[in-house]
Amino acid sequence: MKLTLKVWRQKNNKDKGGFKTYPLDGISADMSFLEMLDVLNEDLNEKGEDPVHFDHDCREGICGMCSLYINGKPHGPKQTTTCQLHMRSFSDGDTITIEPWRATAFPVQKDLVVDRSAFDRIIQSGGYVSVNTGGVPDANEIPIPKTIADEAFDAATCIGCGACVAACKNASAMLFVSAKVSQLAMLPQGQVERKERVEKMVAQMDAEGFGACTNTGACAAECPKGISLTNIARLNREYFSAIVSSENV
Amino acid sequence: MKILFARGFERKFGEQVQYLNQTILTNKAHMSWVTKTLNSTLGRKLLMALTGLFLILFLVVHLAGNLQLLLPDGGEAFNKYAATMASNPFIKVVSIGNFAFILIHVIYSIILSRHNKKSRPVEYAVSKASTNSVWASRNMGILGTVILIFLLVHLKGFYYEVKFGSTPMVSYEGVEFKDVYAIVATAYSNILYVAFYVICMGFLSFHLSHGFASAFQTLGLNHKKYTPAIQFVGRLFSIVVPALFALIPVYMYFTIQS
Repeated sequence: MKLTLKVWRQKNNKDKGGFKTYPLDGISADMSFLEMLDVLNEDLNEKGEDPVHFDHDCREGICGMCSLYINGKPHGPKQTTTCQLHMRSFSDGDTITIEPWRATAFPVQKDLVVDRSAFDRIIQSGGYVSVNTGGVPDANEIPIPKTIADEAFDAATCIGCGACVAACKNASAMLFVSAKVSQLAMLPQGQVERKERVEKMVAQMDAEGFGACTNTGACAAECPKGISLTNIARLNREYFSAIVSSENV
Repeated sequence: MKILFARGFERKFGEQVQYLNQTILTNKAHMSWVTKTLNSTLGRKLLMALTGLFLILFLVVHLAGNLQLLLPDGGEAFNKYAATMASNPFIKVVSIGNFAFILIHVIYSIILSRHNKKSRPVEYAVSKASTNSVWASRNMGILGTVILIFLLVHLKGFYYEVKFGSTPMVSYEGVEFKDVYAIVATAYSNILYVAFYVICMGFLSFHLSHGFASAFQTLGLNHKKYTPAIQFVGRLFSIVVPALFALIPVYMYFTIQS
C-alpha cells in the first residue's frame, strides 16, 4: 500500500506545532496502525530525523495507552483501539490525517502524545474502595444479581483511553467518570463511599477543565469498549441524589 | 473575588480591606452546597434540563390556546381566551416564571457554551462528527440563538403590542374585548412574516428533536422500559408541535387572502 500521512508535529508543550506530510510506501494491509507508524519512524530514524512520538503500550487493546485522532475520528474508522486498527481499513493511495486528542485537560506533550493524568487525578479523588475487604469470601456469600454484575463489569471494562473526551464536541469526560462511578455504585463493596465518591469525582472532573455533557452520544459511539450512555444517566442520578442527601454541607 | 480600592484608601484602611478580602476568599472556599452544585457542570445542565422541560410544557399550553385562531368565528373564542389569560392571577404568576425560566435557560446556555469552548480551544483539522452524533445535538446553541431572535420578534409583535400598544376593541354580547385576533390577522397577512414564522418553527423542531429526550437523560431518567417511549414522544413532539404552530400563520394567510 502507498499512503500519504499528514501528521501533527509539535516539539514540546509550549511549541505551536503544525502538520507535516510524509509519503509512505510498502505498507502491508495486515499491519496494525501502530506498526505502520513504526515503519514511518524507522524511515525517519534512518534519515536522522526526529521520529513521530505517540503513546502505546500493550498493543492488545486492553491497556488504554494508545490514542490518535485518525481521519476525524478517535482511534480511526473502526470502533476499536488504534493498536487493534489494521491497515486493511484503509485503501491504497489514501491520505491519513493523524492528530493528538484535543482538550484543555489533555495538553499535548510532544507530537501525538497527550498528558492524560487528569484521568488519574479523577480516580484518585474517589474512584476506589477503601474499606478493608478482608480475606477471600465464600462464593455467593454476597448476593449480586447476574444482571447487576454484568452491568458493573461492562462499566469496569473502561480502559481510560480518553476517546470519549476526544470525540465529544465539548471535550467532556462524562462517559469516563460515569463508568468509573457506575462500576462501584452498583456493587455492595462500593456503598460505603458511594455519595462522597460521586461528589468528589465530579468536582475533580470540573476542576480539570473538561466540558459539560450535551448528550450528543458521540462518546459512546466512539468508545472502543462500548461503554453505554446509561452510565451517564446513572452518574447524573448518583450525583443529584448524593448532593441532596449526603452529610457534606 | 477580591476588593480593590484606591491606594490612598487602602493605606488608611489597610487592615479593614485585608479583613474584608480574607472574608470573601474564605467564603468562596466554603461555598454552600447549593452554590457549589449550581456551579458544577452537572448542576448547570440540571438547570438547562428543568427549565427546558418547563418551556416544553409551556409550548403545549400556548399551542392549545393558539389553535383557537383556526376557528371560523372571526376570532371570538381567541379574544375571550386572550382576555382570560391576561386577567387570571394564576396565569400572571406562571407567566413571570416563564420569563424567568427562559432567562435562566439562555444565561446558562451561554455560560455552558463558553465553558465548553474553553475545554477545547484547538479544534481538529479533520472531524467526522456526523458519523457519531446527529447535527441538532451538536448545534443546540445555534438553534437556540435563532429561537431567541424569533422570541424577541414574537414578543415585540404580539405580547408588547397587546399589552402596551393601542389594541382595537371588539364587543361580544355587549362586553368589550381587546381584538387580539385583529393584530394577529394583520401580522399574518404579510407573507414575509409568515415565512419567518414557518422557518423559525423549523429551527424549534430541530432544537426539540434533541432537547426533549436529552433533558430526561440529564435528569438521570434513563431506563430500559421508559427511554424508548421518551425518545419516541420526543421525536413526535418535535414534529407535531412546531408543525401546528407553523400551520396557524399559513392557514390565516390564505384565509385572509381569500
